[in-house]
Formats: sequence, C-alpha cells, structure tokens
Amino acid sequence: MRALNIKLLRNLWTLKGQGVAIAAVIAAGVAMYVMSLTALESLRLSQRSVYQNQHFAQVFANLKRAPEALGERLRDIPGIAILETRVQAPLNIQMPDFDEPITGLAISIPDASQPQLNRLFLRQGQLPDEYRDDEILVSEAFAEAHALKPGDHLAVVINGRYQALQVSGVALSPEYIYQIRPGDMFPDFSRYAIVWMNRTALEAAFGMDGAFNNVVLTLSPGFSHATVISHLDQLLEPWGGLGAYEREDQMSHRYLEQELQQIAVMARFLPLIFIGVAAFLLNVVTARLVRTQREQIAVLKAFGYNSVMVAGHYLAFTLSIVVVGAVVGILLGTWLASGLAGIYQDFFRFPWLEFRLRPAVVITAVLIAGGAAIAGTLSAVYRAFRLPPAEAMRPEPPAHYRRTVIERLGVHWMSQPTRMILRNLERQPLKAGFSVVGIGLAVAMMMLTGFQRGSIAFMLDVQFRLAQKQDVTVTFSEPAASRAIYEFLAMPGVTYAEGFRAAPAILRYGHREYRSAVQGYMPNSQLFNVLDAQLQPVTIPQEGILLTDHLAHILGVKPGDRLQVKIQEGRRPLLDIPVTGLVTEFVGVGAYMSKASLTRLLGESDTLSGVFLAVDTESLPALNRRLDEVPRVAGVTLRENTIRAFSRMMAETILVFMIFSMVMAGSIAFAVVYNTARIAFAERGRELASLRVLGFTRAEIAFILLGELLLLTLLAMPVGFVLGAGLCWLLTWGMQTDLYRVPLILTPATYAMAAAVVLTATLLSALTIGRSLMKLDMVSALKAAE
Amino acid sequence: MNDMTAPVFRTRNLTRIFRMGEVEIQALRGVDLELYAGEFVVLLGASGSGKSTLLNILGGLDAASSGEVWYRGKDLSHADEKTLTEFRRYHVGFVFQFYNLIPSLTARENVAIVTEIARDPMAPADALRLVGLEARMDHFPAQLSGGEQQRVAIARAIAKRPEVLLCDEPTGALDSKTGIKVLEVLCNINRELGTTTAVITHNAVIADIANRTIRISDGRVSEVIHNPHPVAPDTLHW
Repeated sequence: MRALNIKLLRNLWTLKGQGVAIAAVIAAGVAMYVMSLTALESLRLSQRSVYQNQHFAQVFANLKRAPEALGERLRDIPGIAILETRVQAPLNIQMPDFDEPITGLAISIPDASQPQLNRLFLRQGQLPDEYRDDEILVSEAFAEAHALKPGDHLAVVINGRYQALQVSGVALSPEYIYQIRPGDMFPDFSRYAIVWMNRTALEAAFGMDGAFNNVVLTLSPGFSHATVISHLDQLLEPWGGLGAYEREDQMSHRYLEQELQQIAVMARFLPLIFIGVAAFLLNVVTARLVRTQREQIAVLKAFGYNSVMVAGHYLAFTLSIVVVGAVVGILLGTWLASGLAGIYQDFFRFPWLEFRLRPAVVITAVLIAGGAAIAGTLSAVYRAFRLPPAEAMRPEPPAHYRRTVIERLGVHWMSQPTRMILRNLERQPLKAGFSVVGIGLAVAMMMLTGFQRGSIAFMLDVQFRLAQKQDVTVTFSEPAASRAIYEFLAMPGVTYAEGFRAAPAILRYGHREYRSAVQGYMPNSQLFNVLDAQLQPVTIPQEGILLTDHLAHILGVKPGDRLQVKIQEGRRPLLDIPVTGLVTEFVGVGAYMSKASLTRLLGESDTLSGVFLAVDTESLPALNRRLDEVPRVAGVTLRENTIRAFSRMMAETILVFMIFSMVMAGSIAFAVVYNTARIAFAERGRELASLRVLGFTRAEIAFILLGELLLLTLLAMPVGFVLGAGLCWLLTWGMQTDLYRVPLILTPATYAMAAAVVLTATLLSALTIGRSLMKLDMVSALKAAE
Repeated sequence: MNDMTAPVFRTRNLTRIFRMGEVEIQALRGVDLELYAGEFVVLLGASGSGKSTLLNILGGLDAASSGEVWYRGKDLSHADEKTLTEFRRYHVGFVFQFYNLIPSLTARENVAIVTEIARDPMAPADALRLVGLEARMDHFPAQLSGGEQQRVAIARAIAKRPEVLLCDEPTGALDSKTGIKVLEVLCNINRELGTTTAVITHNAVIADIANRTIRISDGRVSEVIHNPHPVAPDTLHW
C-alpha cells in the first residue's frame, strides 16, 4: 500500500487549490457550529454557575413597609429555605460632566457582610465598612460607564435628601446580570445604577428604621412556588404587598432567558444551515473529484486492487481534506466563541464566564462534515468501480447531447459557443441543478446574515418615528393629579405635554397569564400611536383594551374575548375587560386602554403616572436640570437615549454574530463558486484546448467556460433569493421574544448585497480559473484523452 | 506543386528540448525542411521520432528551442501569442488523431464553430458535403462512427479554406477500411482545393499516396523521398 500512499499525497498536492477551497467550506461550517453552540453553552453554563454559587433567590416580593418582626413570621411559612428582608430605595445620582438624569436603586446588604441570597461578587474594593454609613458598592456596568473606582465620591439623592457617598467597591449580582431600569426596554448603563449599602445606613437614609420593603427567598426542595407565594401574599397584604413573584418573572432573569433563547435560535439554526451547505458541497465536490480519477481507478483495479482498497484510498484522500478543514474549523470556532461570549458579557453582566468546548459539539460537527464527504466519495468510487477496467481505461466516448429546449422551440441565432454552454447545462441538469442550488444556498446565507440590519432599521423607524413620538418620558414615583401636567408645560423647551396612566397588572386568560402593565393613553394622543398590522394609527377605544399581537398570541386571546386584569397597585382591583383589537408592535408588548377608562376602573379621579413631552432639542440640558429638581420624578427617558441603547444592544448581540456569519457565508460562497469553476475546467480542459488549436483566442474560450459559470450564478440568484427569503422568515419567526420581534423586511439592499458578494466570488473564481486558461496546454489536446 | 520555388513552410536548424525535471529530452535536433504549396506530404516516423513535435511547431502550438520557422515569409519562431492565434485561426487546419469534436455540438455546428471565426469560409454544409457527410450533418458526435467523426474533423479543418492542413495520425484511431476512407477524403481535398497537406503517420504504407515523404528519425530529417506517381488510397492495404 505504500505506493498508494504516495499517490495519495501527490493527488492532494495536485488538487491543492480545490482541496483548500473544500477545507475552507468545512472549516467555515464547523467553525460556525462550534462557535455558536459553544458561545451559547458558555452563557448557559455561566448563568447556571453564577445562580448557584451566588445563591440567586427564587421568589421576590415588594411591599410598602413592614416591621422587621414580620420577617420571622414569614420565615415560618412552610417551604421556605432561606428568607431575607431588605430595604430598597430609589435614588438619583448627580455626576459632574454628565447633564442627563441618572436614576438607580439602592439595595441593602447586612452591615458589612454578604447577604445570604443574591450574594455579591466583588470585582474591585471591598464591602462597606461596618461603622461607616457613607460607603456603597456600585454595579460594575455603571462603574465602567463612568469610570468609577473604589475611593471615588458620588453625589446621591435618596428620599429627597442629598448625601455624599464613597465607593468602597465594584460589585456584580446574579439579580442584575441584565441591568435594566424597570419600564425600560433596553439597558442603559450610564443612566441607571444599582448600588448596595449597609442595611443600617440605608434604613436611616430612606426612613425605614426597623422596617423592610423587599423580601427575597429560596424554597426548600419539594415545595411549589405557588403555595409559598400565596402564603407570602397573604402575610404581606396588610403591609402594602405588591404581589410576590417567582424567578421566571424577575426582570434580569426573564430578559436574560429571552436573550439566551434568541441566541439559541440563531446558534442552532444558522450553523445547521452552514454545516448543511458545507456537507452538500462536500458531497458534490468529492464525488466529482473522484470521477475525474476514473481511469486511475480502472488501472488500480486492473492491477488487482479490490474495491475496499480503492475506496479506502479515495476515502483517505477526502478525509484528509475533511480533517484539515475540521481542525481549522474547531480551532477557529473555539477562538470565535470565546470572543463572542466575551462580547455578550459586556451586556450580560456575569461575574465570571464559564467556557467549555463540549466534545459532543465537536464530534457532531465532524461527523456531519465527514459523513457527507464519505458518502460523496463512496458513491463516486462505486460508480467508477462498476465499469470493467478495460472500458474505464479507454477514453470516454463522446457524451450524448441534444438540442436544447430553446433551440427546439425555434431559436437558431445562437453562436456555437453559446450553444455549447446551454447544451452542456441541459445535458446534465442534475449537475447544473446542484451547482445552482449550491450557489443559491450561498446567496441565501448571505441574505440570512445580511437582512437583519435592514429589518432592525425598519423596526427602529416604526417604533420611534411612527409609534413613540415623544422626546421625553417622565414617570412619577406616585400617581399624581392630572393638573401636574401644567407644571411640565411650563418647563424650558417643552412645546407639548400629555399625561398617561400606567398600572402594573397581571393579565390572565384561561390558565395563561402575563405580568405586564396596562397603559392608559389619551384616545387621540399626539405623541404616542398604537399601530395596526398595516402600521396605520389605531384610535384607542373608549372602552375595552387593545393588546400587542404578540401578547395576544402568548395569552391565546383574540378580539371579542374578555381578559382578566389583576391590577398590582393601589386597591388592586380584579377587572374583566373585553379585548377590542390587536395592535402591531415590534418592540415590547403592551396592553392599551383609554386613560379615562383605566382611571375609572381603578376607581380614581383623573390621575397620571407620568407625562410624555415634546421638547426643543436645544433646551434638553436645561430641561434635564429642571427635571432633576422635581421630587416626584422617578425616571426620565429620552427617546434618543433609548434609540442609542437599542442600537448598542443590537450591535453587540445580533449584529456581531451576523458579521461573523457573514464572513463565513462569504467564504463558503467563494468556495462553492470556485469549486464549480475548477471542476468545469477539469472536465472541459481538453475541449477548450482543442478550440485553442483551432484558432480560438483565450478570451473566446474563457467565454465558454466562464459564461457557463456566470450563467449558473445568474440562475442561482432567483433560487437563492427564494431560499434566502424563506430562511429569513424562519429565523425571524424563531427569534420572536417579548422584548422585540425583528420584522421580516427584505430590502433591495439585502438582495443586492447577497448578489454582489456571490458575484464577486464568481469574479474572483473566474480570475483564478483565467490564470489556468492562460496556461492551457494545447499540445495535450492532440494526445489521447487521459 | 505549382510553385516549387516558394515554400509555404521553411524551417532551419529547428531544435526542441523538453525539460522534465532534471532530464532533458531533445525531441528535435536540427530540422531543415520545406513544404510547398499544394503538395501532399507524409511525415513518416516511429513513435518518439519527433514528428509530432515538428507538426506542433509548424502549427504554432509549440515554440522551438532554437532555429527558425517561416510561414510564407513570416517568422513564426519569434511570433507573439496573438500572431500565433491568428495564424491558426486563418491559415491552418488541424485534424487530430482523436478527432477532438465538441460533443455538445452537431456535425454542422462543429464546423460552424470554426467558420464563425474565419474569414471567407465555406458554408458548413458545403464542407460536410466535401467529406461525404451531407446526410449526417445534424447528428451529434455520439451518434457518429469513428470514421465519420474524423471526417467531420476534416470538414471542420477545411471549412475555413486554410492554406495548410496539418493532420496528426488522422487514421491512428481507425480500422484500416475506415482509415482509407479518411485518406481518400484528404486526397480529394488536396486535389480539389489545392490545400497543402501534411500528414503525420508511423504507417509506412500511407507514404504511397503522398507527393513527398519526409522520414523523421531521432529528431532529424533522415530521408526525403519524391514520389512522382502517388497511388489512390483505395489501393492501400495494412
């Protein structure tokens, strides 16, 4: 077998160009697969490990105020493993050089020690000193946004009182892996802070001496959330309990879960397509490669090699290419995965990141790629082996051709080279079909990785130009009387103001429920539109409730059904409201009513939860300073900031992933086209050389070969567009979350971009093949076919 | 044979060395020869004698290592790629041992592919009529016998009305009966169109139909035999 091994090495060397291209396809497919699944796995592992090690609570409850003594009674509830009472206080921070309002939340920790639940991970510095009431820990995301370090001072307003506090350390909590202000759609690290203070200090600052307003707990094994929560709610009710909720409804956890699910869709879906395309190509290419060795196989057979030895030889040939591709792919994928996980970590604030390359992932990737190569090789070897050696050694008889459909239909004006191209394609429709599908898949992959940019732009446009037109949203810490609006109208730069009423609520239909809020808006709001499926403004009805279509889907409710709405504030009425219609929203989910109807159902006179403002841009800094001084303002959201935060989130999560994918898709596109061209060249070299002898110029024979390639590419475009549109639809469908739903918007730019990349790949392949055409050996054409 | 004084081809001290790695193979070792307008020449030689190399150089497919090739007063030995392509396109017709037809084109179209790029060609149908294939014009190569395929190749070579027809073992892949039919076609073309014809063969019998036989051995012209009375191909046997 030694001679055969040498032949193997020489074959590999001769076909190195194609070998490299095939290996690149495998590498790209395997890398995508390994990268996506490993990055996802790494985030999942980190989540699990952080939750476990930092003792992330399982049930959470907020209340107005209860004496610490109640804590003991709560601990007696059966099924509770650990329960901690805490004080939480909203706060405002003033930073020099930062004009915009910063809000945040102060959370108590036992004096100078770690809490039992939601333990903090100290990135820098230390816990606040036991005997100092002015030391705090700040969340890492906020610290990074403002370059804070231990020892720095902060001007903080808690409970309307200014305090100068000192940063003792920078910390991370399992409770705020996804650090987002309640009511916001996207994290904004520079405008929302989490700080931790000694319990004694925070009690004093917030006027909560000997009391608590927040409870976290874990359950003993075997106890259900529901019973513990109902017990807890009963005991907290007299103290202004706002309804306990389980981890599934904890904001950071819920958002993290949704993001991870979304990444999971991408991480499972895209790599499967990538590796599927790679496998498909590998099958086609190896089969053709082996077919060009037909005579050699016959010779080996004539010498007495049996089919197993020959098959083994060619398997070794393709598998060595697979191994090179797979090793490169695994290394590349692992490297990219750690990079990707690192980028996500910017966003999901894990104290640490677990990173593990799972053998199963690697093995699956290699098996898919290797299996496809083996199947392609074996089928070709089998076909070559069926021929009697004498026949296989003879030059192949002229292939059978016939006039093409177009010619039979009466088109006769074509030149002979054009006829050659068309007949060649038509004679082997399956082969041409494979090439078209292969190139089409490359087009589809490019679309799949490229369309999100346009879709996201569209989504932003709809959300912030058509739906939410207010420049500033101000939310109050307590509902206020509607005359408060005049105060805002008088503020600098405010051109228009409109009040709204929002109440946290559990929406329930049948056994399904969703924790959200009911928004009460002016029926003819100038600043906030709800849109129908055609993106036309919908008038909010006087009675009844409108639901985001996605929310209606979650609840399984349709217009005409009656929705149970359990309001989670004030007297907490249980309402029964008819669903009057559905509205389309790409970002968030909502339930909308007319403000008048909502306040009436709440049993209030005319109240506001906040105001929408239209503002002159130049006056924003002055307005911000003014808003800072209004005590009842709990939060100020600037539209521009939301857009920026959203863009940042998209850029860091989806788009980074997409750019990686795009590079991979581009290289696969090139490899597909290059291999198609290379094989066509190998199959047609003799014919082209003959034409050169007959006096054809290089440009003329290039037309025959590259014309075919170009025609295949052009045929592949519509195929790719259809495949691509389908895949994009699947992806957007799979990626729907409560947070946002990327609409399927395929802009001409998306199609053009995909087409341009694949055409460029065709051009590059044509140039490479062109070089071989230059060196085409005419004399070889005169000799016997090899 | 009309004008013996102005050769169509003239070579002087033509050599060709192939370098295969570290081995040098001298295929031609100084060939001097002339081909005259309208004559039918057989280049006779054993395999490896260098006759194919000589034909390739004459046809502009290969360049000599040293020496000169002149075609009608044009120096081919120093011609660039463009000149050589034009030379092949307008002046030379090739017939190959293995026909080298384009399988995707019919007989007529295989001829047309050359006439489309030629100056003043004959109609493909006329060329095919000359080789006796008027009935098979719309057949694809796969539907033709070897002899028929070779006749299509000849029709393709002559359709552009070349001055020279270069044939490399045109009967090499054919049985003797079919081979003779192909030779008849070549003789007819030579006689009716006056095309200078050079046929390479290792089959000495074929020399009898030529005006001149140039014997090549070991990279040189070893003998030139004038044949004042060429015989008709149908009298040959091998």
